[in-house]
Amino acid sequence: MAKPTTPRATRAKPVAKSPAGADHNRPRPETPTDYKASKEELLEFYRQMVLIRRFEEKAGQLYGLGLIGGFCHLYIGQEAVAVGIQSALKPGKDSVITGYRDHGHMLAYGIDPNVIMAELTGREAGISRGKGGSMHMFSVEHKFFGGHGIVGAQVSLGAGLGFAHKYNGDGGVCVAYFGDGAANQGQVYESFNMAELWKLPIIFVIENNQYAMGTSVNRSSAEDQLYRRGESFRIPGIQVNGMDVLAVRGATEEALKWVQGGNGPILLEMKTYRYRGHSMSDPAKYRSREEVQAMREKSDPIEGAKTYLAAMGVSEDELKKIDQDIRKTVSDAADFAETSPEPDMAELYTDVLVEQY
Amino acid sequence: MGIEIKMPALSPTMEEGTLAKWLVKEGDEVKSGDILAEIETDKATMEFEAVDEGKIGQIMIAAGTEGVKVGTVIATMAGEGGEAAAPAPKAKEAPKAEAAPEAPKKAESGTSKLASEARATVADPDLPAGTEFVKTTVREALRDAMAEEMRKDERVFVMGEEVAEYQGAYKVTQGLLDEFGAKRVIDTPITEYGFAGIGAGAAMGGLRPVIEFMTFNFAMQAIDHIINSAAKTNYMSGGQMRCPIVFRGPNGAASRVGAQHSQNYGPWYAAVPGLIVIAPYDAADAKGLLKAAIRSNDPVVFLENELVYGRSFDVPKVDDYVLPIGKARIMRAGKDVTLVSYSIGVGLALDAAETLAGEGIDAEVIDLRTLRPLDTATVLESLKKTNRLVVVEEGWPTCSIASEIAAVVMEKGFDDLDAPVLRVTNEDVPLPYAANLEKAALIDAARVVAAAKKVCYR
Repeated sequence: MAKPTTPRATRAKPVAKSPAGADHNRPRPETPTDYKASKEELLEFYRQMVLIRRFEEKAGQLYGLGLIGGFCHLYIGQEAVAVGIQSALKPGKDSVITGYRDHGHMLAYGIDPNVIMAELTGREAGISRGKGGSMHMFSVEHKFFGGHGIVGAQVSLGAGLGFAHKYNGDGGVCVAYFGDGAANQGQVYESFNMAELWKLPIIFVIENNQYAMGTSVNRSSAEDQLYRRGESFRIPGIQVNGMDVLAVRGATEEALKWVQGGNGPILLEMKTYRYRGHSMSDPAKYRSREEVQAMREKSDPIEGAKTYLAAMGVSEDELKKIDQDIRKTVSDAADFAETSPEPDMAELYTDVLVEQY
Repeated sequence: MGIEIKMPALSPTMEEGTLAKWLVKEGDEVKSGDILAEIETDKATMEFEAVDEGKIGQIMIAAGTEGVKVGTVIATMAGEGGEAAAPAPKAKEAPKAEAAPEAPKKAESGTSKLASEARATVADPDLPAGTEFVKTTVREALRDAMAEEMRKDERVFVMGEEVAEYQGAYKVTQGLLDEFGAKRVIDTPITEYGFAGIGAGAAMGGLRPVIEFMTFNFAMQAIDHIINSAAKTNYMSGGQMRCPIVFRGPNGAASRVGAQHSQNYGPWYAAVPGLIVIAPYDAADAKGLLKAAIRSNDPVVFLENELVYGRSFDVPKVDDYVLPIGKARIMRAGKDVTLVSYSIGVGLALDAAETLAGEGIDAEVIDLRTLRPLDTATVLESLKKTNRLVVVEEGWPTCSIASEIAAVVMEKGFDDLDAPVLRVTNEDVPLPYAANLEKAALIDAARVVAAAKKVCYR
C-alpha cells in the first residue's frame, strides 16, 4: 500500500543532516520556512489554484464528451506545486519545462486558458495550432518549453535550458519538473551529473504524486525518499509538503537563493497527490477510494489556502466571487475551444521544417 | 639473431605514419618496455615500445620521415633468439574503442577497399571560374567549418566526448579549444543520452549546439532526443519552438571494429520527418555542408565517415564556402547508366565508373550528399538520360536509402526504366570481425561494376 503523504502539519523537511555524514562539511541550503504571503499574494495563489482545478475538471468533461482525444493527464490535487513554484519565478527570464501533465504549469505561468483548451480540442486557435495536443504545448514567449511526452526527457532538456542561461549569462534559472516515475529514468542521473559538474542554474522538481501511472513509489524505487536522489551527485535535496502552497513557495525561495548564488542545481521533492487517474482512461484500481478521500479531506491545497485566507480575514463572499469569475473564464475557454475551427488541411504540411531546402 | 623492428599500425585505419622521433640510438641496449620512438599518425602521437631485449643495430628510417608505410622495417635489433617479434605499440592516447593492433602482416579487410582515392571529375557548378583549390583532409575541412561558424556566431558551441582537451577522438575538433576556450568547446562525461538532451534543450533555449558523437553507434543511446525532442519540436509547437542543432560524428563501417561499431544510420534518420540528414563524401562537401548545417534553423544529423577523415581533396579557396542542403551533385557525367550513392560509396562508384569506361560503358555518378530531403529530381533527371540505375550504399539493403531510391524511381520514373533498379549494398548481416568475412560483407567497386553491366545487359 502507498504510504500516506506528508500531512499539512509537517513543514518542509530539511535534509541538511540526514543522509550520512560524508558530506557534512559541504555547504547546504538553509531549511526553508513557509512563505509569508500578503493577503493579495495569497488571494492570487488561491485564484490560480482554483483556475487550474476548474480548468482540469472542465477538460475532464470535454474528454468525456469526446471533444478531447488521446491522452489527457489532469493536474487536480497538485495545484499548489506549480502555483507555489512559478509565483517565485520571473516570467520571460526564468524558464520552465515539464512532462505531459502540463496544463497546470501553463495556467500558473499566466498563459491564456483559451489557447490551452483549444489545443486540447485540437483546434486551429490552440497554442500549438492543434498539432501538439495535451502533452505537447509550448510558449516560447513565456519561456515555457513544454510539454514533453517522453518520461524523463524534459530533465535533460531542462539541463540544456539551464546550460543556455549560464552560457548567455542572462541570470535566468530553469525549473525542470518531473514525476516520481521519471525519477527512475537513467537520463535524469546523466543530467544530474552534468548539471552539478557545470554548476548549471537549474531547480529539479520531483512532483511525487506517489504513483507512476499505477505503480506506487515504494514498489518502483529502491530509495523512495526521492529528495535524496541527487546526493551522489552532490545535489542537495529538500523534501517539501507539496500540498501547501506557502511551503512550496518558501522552499522555492530557498532553492532560488541557492541556484542564483552560483552553487549549481538543487532538487526539490514535492510530496503531492493526484486525485484523478494517471490519465483519463485510468480507472485507478491500484489505490483505495478511502486513500483518495482522505487526501482530499485532510490535505487539499485549495482548502488549505482557504483556511489561511479566512485567518487573514478574507470573507467567504470574496472567495465566492473569485470562484464565479473563474467558472466564467473556464466556461468561456470551453466555448472557445469547442467553436474554434479545426486546423486548415494545409497545416498538415507546415512546420515540419523551419526552412525550405 | 637479428630482429626487424617494423612500422606498427597504431589504429585500425592507419596505413602510414611519421616517424617523429627516435628515443634510442644505434648501439643502445634496450629492454622490453623501453620506448624506442614516437610515431605520429593522423590522429595522435604514440609511443612505441620495445618488446625484446637487445642492442639496437641499425636505424633504417631517420627521425622526421613522413609517410612511412605500416610494416616497413624501421630498425634492426641484435637480440638473443626470438623470431621477428614485432614491437608492441603502446598507445599514449588510444582513442576509445580502438585497440592498438599488432600487425606484422596487415590483413586485408573490407574497409581498405572502401576508402577510394577517387575524386569528382565534375566541379561544383556554383564556383566561379578560376577558383583556387587547396588540398584539405576531410578531418580539417570539418574542423574549419566549425571554426568559421564559431567565429561568426557566438551562439555556436561544440560539445561531446573528448572534443576539447583530447582534441577530438578522431582529431576533428583539433585546435578548437585553444581558439574558443572551454566555454564553447566542452568535454562531456560518457553520457550520450544526457548530453544529446542537454544539447537539444540548449538549442530550444536559443543556442546553436554542435553535438559530436564519438561515433553514431553511440548515438543509439541518444536517439530519443534526436527524434522525439529535436525533430518533432517545431511541428508539435505549431512552428513556435525550434531546435537548431547539429548532431555529427563518424557513421558506417570503420575498420575491423566488429558489429557494434560498424553501422550506417543514414536510413534510420532519413526516415524521420523534421530532421535534415547530410552524409558528405569529400572534403569540400564536408566543409560546405557542415557550415550550412550549423546555420540551418532545423535539427541536422551530419553523418561523417572515419575511413575518409584522413583523405585529402580539393577544397575551393573562397571566403565563405557554404553549400545548399538538399542538392545532389553529379560527380561524373555519363550517358549509359546512373550510379547513385552517398558518403564513402561515392568513391567506389567513381572507381567503378572508371572501370566501366574501359569496357565502353559511360556511367554517370550522383552523390546524393543530403539524404533528407532527398534530391529525387536530380536522380530522375539522370535516369531520363541513362534509363538505367544502380544504387551504391555502404549499409544494409533492407529499408535502405537504396530501397527508397528504387521506390521513387518506380513511382516517378517507371517509364524511363530500361532495366530494373539494382541495389549494391553490404550483406544483410551484422558486420563480422574476421578480415575475410568483413571483406565479404562490405561493398566494393567490383560489385558495382557487375551490377552496372547487368542493367546494361552486358
